[in-house]
Order: sequence, then C-alpha cells, then structure tokens
Amino acid sequence: MAEAKMPLWEVFIRSRTGLAHRHVGSVHAADAEMALQAARDTYTRRGEGLSIWVVPSAAITASDPAEKGPLFEPTASKIYRHPSFYEIPEEVGHM
Amino acid sequence: MYSQALNERIEGPRIVEDPGKLAAFQARIDAEERIEPNDWMPEAYRRTLIRQISQHAHSEVVGMLPEGNWITRAPSLRRKAALLAKVQDEGGHGLYLYAAAETLGVSREELYEQLLAGKAKYSSIFNYPTLTWADIGCIGWLVDGAAIMNQIPLCRTSYGPYARAMIRICKEESFHQRQGYEIMLTLCRGTPEQKAMAQDALNRWWWPSLMMFGPPDSESQHTEQSMRWKIKRFTNDELRQKFVDATVPQGLYLGLTFPDPELRFDEATGHWRFGKIDWEEFKRVLAGHGPCNRERLAARRKAHEEGAWVREAALAHAAKKRARERAQRIAAE
Repeated sequence: MAEAKMPLWEVFIRSRTGLAHRHVGSVHAADAEMALQAARDTYTRRGEGLSIWVVPSAAITASDPAEKGPLFEPTASKIYRHPSFYEIPEEVGHM
Repeated sequence: MYSQALNERIEGPRIVEDPGKLAAFQARIDAEERIEPNDWMPEAYRRTLIRQISQHAHSEVVGMLPEGNWITRAPSLRRKAALLAKVQDEGGHGLYLYAAAETLGVSREELYEQLLAGKAKYSSIFNYPTLTWADIGCIGWLVDGAAIMNQIPLCRTSYGPYARAMIRICKEESFHQRQGYEIMLTLCRGTPEQKAMAQDALNRWWWPSLMMFGPPDSESQHTEQSMRWKIKRFTNDELRQKFVDATVPQGLYLGLTFPDPELRFDEATGHWRFGKIDWEEFKRVLAGHGPCNRERLAARRKAHEEGAWVREAALAHAAKKRARERAQRIAAE
C-alpha cells in the first residue's frame, strides 16, 4: 500500500534582526510544529537564523512566469515614477 | 558528489519539442539566465535534472551509512561530535536536494521508492566498506574532496533550485574535508601502526575516489548535451585532473604514497599524471556488484520500513489536532 504523503511546507528565515524573512527552501512534515523543528534542523545548523516561518506550500499563490510581460508592463512605461525624470537646476544643490 | 548520473541515457518516450521554444530556451541558457521551476523547459532537460538531482540526493542519504558505522567507535569525544555533525549534514544535503528535485514535478516519495526498489543509482563510492578508523579520514579527505570538486561548478548550474542547494552544500562540505584530513594527519604523526592504517586506507580509497568523476570523456556520450544546457560545466576528465592535482601534494605532505606506480609530476604542463583506472571495477560496482551494494540498500529499506509507524502516527496526530481545533472553533462561534 502506498503511504500517505507528508505535507510540504515552505521555509522562511530571518537571519539577523532588521532583515526580512527570506525563503530558504522547503521541508515535509505532518504538522506546523514538526515543520518548524525540521526547518530548524535542516536550515539552521550553523546559526543561520533568529526566526523561522513555515507556510503550507499549498497556501501560496504565485504569479505565472509566462505572464510576466503583461503583469509587469505597466511599470515599464511610467518613467515619471523615478526621481531622475525631474530636472532640478544645479544651483539648487542636492535634492 | 556524483555527476555520474550525467553520463546515462535518458529513458522514456521521445518528445518532439517546439523548435521555437527550444531556441528561446537555449538563448536563455546562453545568456546565463537561471531556469526556475515554473519556466518552460524541454522534457529531456527536466528528466536529466530529475535523474541527476535525485541520484545526488540518494548519494547523500546512502553516504551516511559507511560513516554512521563509526559513530559509536570514534576514538574520542571530539571526533565523535564532528562525525555526528558531518553525518547530520549529509542527511540535510539529501533533503535540500530532494526538495530541489520536487520542484521539477516529482514527489519525494516516488524518488525514495525508486531508491529502495533498487531502480535508482547513487554514487559508486558508497558501496565500499569502512574497515578501520582511517577510512573515516579518507572519506572526508578524498571522497568529500572529490565531491567538492564536482559540486563547486554545480553552484552555477543552469537550474536555479539545484544551484541554490549546491551553494549551501558547498559551504558545509569544506568542514567535512578538513576534518577528514585532520584525522589522516593525526594518524600519520602517530605510531607506526597508526601511519600504516592511514596508508592502507589511502590504498583502498584512492582509485574509487578517482572513479567518482564518472567514465572518461571519450566514453561519456551525454556530456555534450549537459554542457550545452549548462547543467554541467566541466567534463569528467577535467574535474578528475583538478582533483588529482589538488590532492597529490596533500598526500605527500602526510608522508604517504599513492597506490599508482605511474603517478608522476609533468613539469611541462604542471599536472600530475596518473595511471589507468580500472573501469571494469567501476561498471561492476555501478551494476550492483560492489562489496556493499546489497548491504546499503538493505539498511535503507530497514530504516524506511521501521520508521513507517512514526510517519503514520505523526500524520494521525496532526489530523486529530486539526479536527479538535475545528470542533473548538465551531463550539466558540
């Protein structure tokens, strides 16, 4: 008989205070508590982290890489969102 | 370790790919872009990677066995702690790699099933026995040394999740090699018996370590495609030569001799030239007839079967806890 599959969890680690949690990989575990323990053993054996998040992989909604053109197109044409779009006379100094 | 998988023929139905998509894919590879899990990729690229990454993962997991053999017999607490940490790392490396393979649409359970059924391969080196403590030194120094030589270029392999796993693994392997060399150094500076033990281990591990890089380029017909896809960045023979050049001076420093009468330094090229490798032995071991093939698989199967009730209990406990929490939520509403 095939065994039931262990749920998959994505692991995020904050390496230092002041930094955001960053995706480092995934683990299989029966529940959240065991996922945290597995993540600690798998991804922080050398002091890589101060905090771990685990999220069920199935709970993540991702954008489609094939659609990245239309999805991100609106930002490409809006150059007025960048400071260099605006001309300030040199006499005014750094702004 | 273990680019041995790159030399095999890919099985399965031949798939005719859209030439436009193939060209766009190759252009991305040529531009050194990383391929990510949801990107379009040729079926043969996917299959090559699944096979290579899973064989690499299996090698890490099976690789725990020859060393695990010595944990309870390590000569000091310091050595025991280091060996435990090393074996735990190998388990971790197996997990990073299974996770990378899973991003290609195959489950860890399927991959594990292939290993336990004897359908998947792992590095030939782990089918040799660890007879003395000096073998633990040799494994760290030579086997992990060869692995590092193979793995450093894999940090730039074209598939993103594999490259990222390799970066983590390479960072950790350096300790493995150094602790192995330190064991060898201690033995070589010890009693004549200890030095003889170190020499005996080197005699047994040298040639199998050279075989870890896989068959010679002249017989490795699939290297070319893997190089074009930038899965692989150096050929087997190039990596083997790099390993020999790096390792021979380390062995001479230990005051040991290599079991190769043809080994000599070539002044003109700056390379160490070595004798002929016994490829018949390599083929025999890969085909399942090495000294420990049966024992290794039997140990993995036993561990898997005896752990089944734990996995089952953990899932049952999780289901019960979820049901209880749901009932409490409903009661509170």
